[in-house]
Amino acid sequence: MEACNCIEPQWPADELLMKYQYISDFFIALAYFSIPLELIYFVKKSAVFPYRWVLVQFGAFIVLCGATHLINLWTFTTHSRTVAVVMTTAKILTAVVSCATALMLVHIIPDLLSVKTRELFLKNKAAELDREMGLIRTQEETGRHVRMLTHEIRSTLDRHTILKTTLVELGRTLSLEECALWMPTRTGLELQLSYTLHHQNPVGFTVPIQLPMINQVFSTNRAVKISPSSPVARLRPSGKYMPGEVVAVRVPLLHLSNFQINDWPELSTKRYALMVLMLPSDSARQWHVHELELVEVVADQVAVALSHAAILEESMRARDLLMQQNVALDLARREAETAVRARNDFLAVMNHEMRTPMHAIIALSSLLQETELTPEQRLMVETILKSSNLLAALINDVLDLSKLEDGSLQLDMGTFNLHALFREALNLIKPIASVKKLSITLSLSSDLPEYAIGDEKRLMQVLLNVVGNAVKFSKEGSISISAFVAKSEYLRDPRAPEFFPIPSDNHFYLRIQVKDTGLGINPQDIPKLFTKFAQSQPLTTKNSSGGGLGLAICKRFVNLMEGQIWIESEGLGKGSTAIFIVKLGFPGHSNESRLPFVPKVPGNHMPTNFSGLKVVVMDDNSVGRMVTKGLLMHLGCDVLAVGSADECVRVVTPEHKVVFLDASVPGADTYEVAVRLHEKFSKRLDRPFIVALTGNTDRMVKENCSRVGMDGVVLKPISVDKMRSVLSELLEHGFLVESQ
Amino acid sequence: MELNQLQRSFLEYTAALFREGFLDSQFSQLYQLQDESNPEFVVEVVSLFFEDSERLINDLSRALDQTIVDFRKIDAHVHQLKGSSSSIGAQRVKNSCVSFRNFCEAQNIEECSKCLQQVKQEYLLIKNKLEALFQLEKQIVAAGGAINMVEWML
Repeated sequence: MEACNCIEPQWPADELLMKYQYISDFFIALAYFSIPLELIYFVKKSAVFPYRWVLVQFGAFIVLCGATHLINLWTFTTHSRTVAVVMTTAKILTAVVSCATALMLVHIIPDLLSVKTRELFLKNKAAELDREMGLIRTQEETGRHVRMLTHEIRSTLDRHTILKTTLVELGRTLSLEECALWMPTRTGLELQLSYTLHHQNPVGFTVPIQLPMINQVFSTNRAVKISPSSPVARLRPSGKYMPGEVVAVRVPLLHLSNFQINDWPELSTKRYALMVLMLPSDSARQWHVHELELVEVVADQVAVALSHAAILEESMRARDLLMQQNVALDLARREAETAVRARNDFLAVMNHEMRTPMHAIIALSSLLQETELTPEQRLMVETILKSSNLLAALINDVLDLSKLEDGSLQLDMGTFNLHALFREALNLIKPIASVKKLSITLSLSSDLPEYAIGDEKRLMQVLLNVVGNAVKFSKEGSISISAFVAKSEYLRDPRAPEFFPIPSDNHFYLRIQVKDTGLGINPQDIPKLFTKFAQSQPLTTKNSSGGGLGLAICKRFVNLMEGQIWIESEGLGKGSTAIFIVKLGFPGHSNESRLPFVPKVPGNHMPTNFSGLKVVVMDDNSVGRMVTKGLLMHLGCDVLAVGSADECVRVVTPEHKVVFLDASVPGADTYEVAVRLHEKFSKRLDRPFIVALTGNTDRMVKENCSRVGMDGVVLKPISVDKMRSVLSELLEHGFLVESQ
Repeated sequence: MELNQLQRSFLEYTAALFREGFLDSQFSQLYQLQDESNPEFVVEVVSLFFEDSERLINDLSRALDQTIVDFRKIDAHVHQLKGSSSSIGAQRVKNSCVSFRNFCEAQNIEECSKCLQQVKQEYLLIKNKLEALFQLEKQIVAAGGAINMVEWML
């Protein structure tokens, strides 16, 4: 027998069993082979599969299993040793791989399970987010509603429309059955039903305001659920079924004064209205939180809108009131104008009417004067003439005043004899004064020019008026009239600080002082003196016709003459002094020539040679001093330069014509020098011109310089030309017209 | 050097000085005041200015070194210096004096020291420049020429 390498199966083959095993093994192998194919196919399809290595392992395992089973098919019958070997190899491999896979799975399966857990978690999260999304959407809806509502409410400024719109929109947004607004009555003790959604003009239901439920609603700014059976909610005939839930909210009625700048209005003393909202009955709807919030917000907005409307109403009312007032004022103004015109016409007419007989009297009396008269007759005629003149003057006064009022009066300028004016005034007053046994003295200063340019008549008028008053109000004593040319220090009136006259080459200021020892004036009455028709007090003397136009006219004339008039008195019984200053012109240029050498080159205004002109320069800065000295020497002056105030005052003699003071010293030295120089040379003729040199010409400096009596201010740096023009102007005009 | 060249360099030098702001129109005014009766006026004034400024600057240094600084005195000195410098037209010195005064008012010692340094600097600068200028002038005069004022009068 041949040695057979075949392997026999263990037990004798049973045909049926064998067949079944055979078939099963076949199918198993098939399945085992197809599983990896399926796996590969589906994994390839899917995007994510993290465990490829496991797949490979598993695939190997299955394939080997399948191979094992496949090879098993051959072992049912006698098979060669090769097959057995292959079978064994396959089985060994399969064993290895399957053990490896089993081990691997120990790690893998928990992971896979956790994936499942995560998935569950994420699903929950997603559900939660969905819910929140729903909530947010609801809120946003609510917000949109609020905005829309607010827009509607605020789009009008009419109170009724606001409230109506609120109710309508709220009703629509929240699908309410009824919406009502209760406003407090004027007394504040009751709430009255003012608006509802469904009734146009509700009959005035009222409800007392002190109900506990209402108080509860008013005490919080939240919407409060109230019972449907409360008096404010019983608006509809009760249905057969359950009435819907009712909510009430307070609406603050704000006024403008309620808004403070830094804190929100305290809601303690405010009035509120009540808004009641009812859900539809039989609907089983409930008030949601977001709906309540909506209601609260709307209530606030309504409050604001109402206050705006109120403000607008008020401002409209104010405007109407103003218009009315304007109309009234206009009317009043026109009436006043008419009155003034009527008065002026009347005055004009009356004056004319009065003047005609006056002229007749004056003319005829003058003519009478010319004829032969006895001394007594002459005296009588003269008195008649004088009185008529005075009366004519009074009439003229009245007319003048009206002319003065509209500013149409102009002065009659002319040259007149100043001294003569005073003498004449004196002569006019003397008779009356001697009757009252008053003595009159007149003193004119020596530097008073004989002739002057001005309005003689009116100056006389003022003088007569003032002196006349002095005489009138003095029962005894004396009256002194003094007149002099005013120096700068006397020009300032403490009562009129803006009055700052600067005498110049063509004009001078005449100051006249009339002092009496009469009744005096109460200092409190002094301001009233110059007002028209104002009597100081009812005077008991017979000649108490002191009230009227006199002083008022005088003041106006004096003002026209660019002057000032005022009265001083220490009190009743202490006499009074009337002082007035007027501006008069010099007739032609002054003839006095201070400098014998002012060569005027014909055709060229500026003298170019000041040779020999003696000047003094004071500057404490040596360099500046030298420069100014050099400058003046270049122009031909004989310069003496000093460095201190004392030295300056010491060396200045009447021979020096100009003193230049450097005023950039931060101290009062310069001004002191000027004052001392004024003291040293009291007579104007001797004193040199005093000019300040400064780097700064603001108002303060100019004022100070004028105050101490300087003749000019010059701005540094000074060029040769500038100095030349300064000198020539000083010598020509005696004063620097403007500081340069 | 030739007279023309000298004169030209003089003009250029002075023009530069004016352009760079060392001097202003006041300086040219000084030359206007120089005539036959006063031939050395400008040099005299400028020398006086140098003396004065040096003295003032020394005083200022000393004053600022004190433990208790007397600002009023410093202000007075600076005012003097400002006056002198503006009298001769030393513009930059004058300007630095102006800022010095401001800091003096504010009583700021540090800034005042800085300003003093600046003033010193400016003064030394202008001193050098003016000395150089006068040198040139001397050379011109020695060569027989004269300074034509009109040409560089600003």
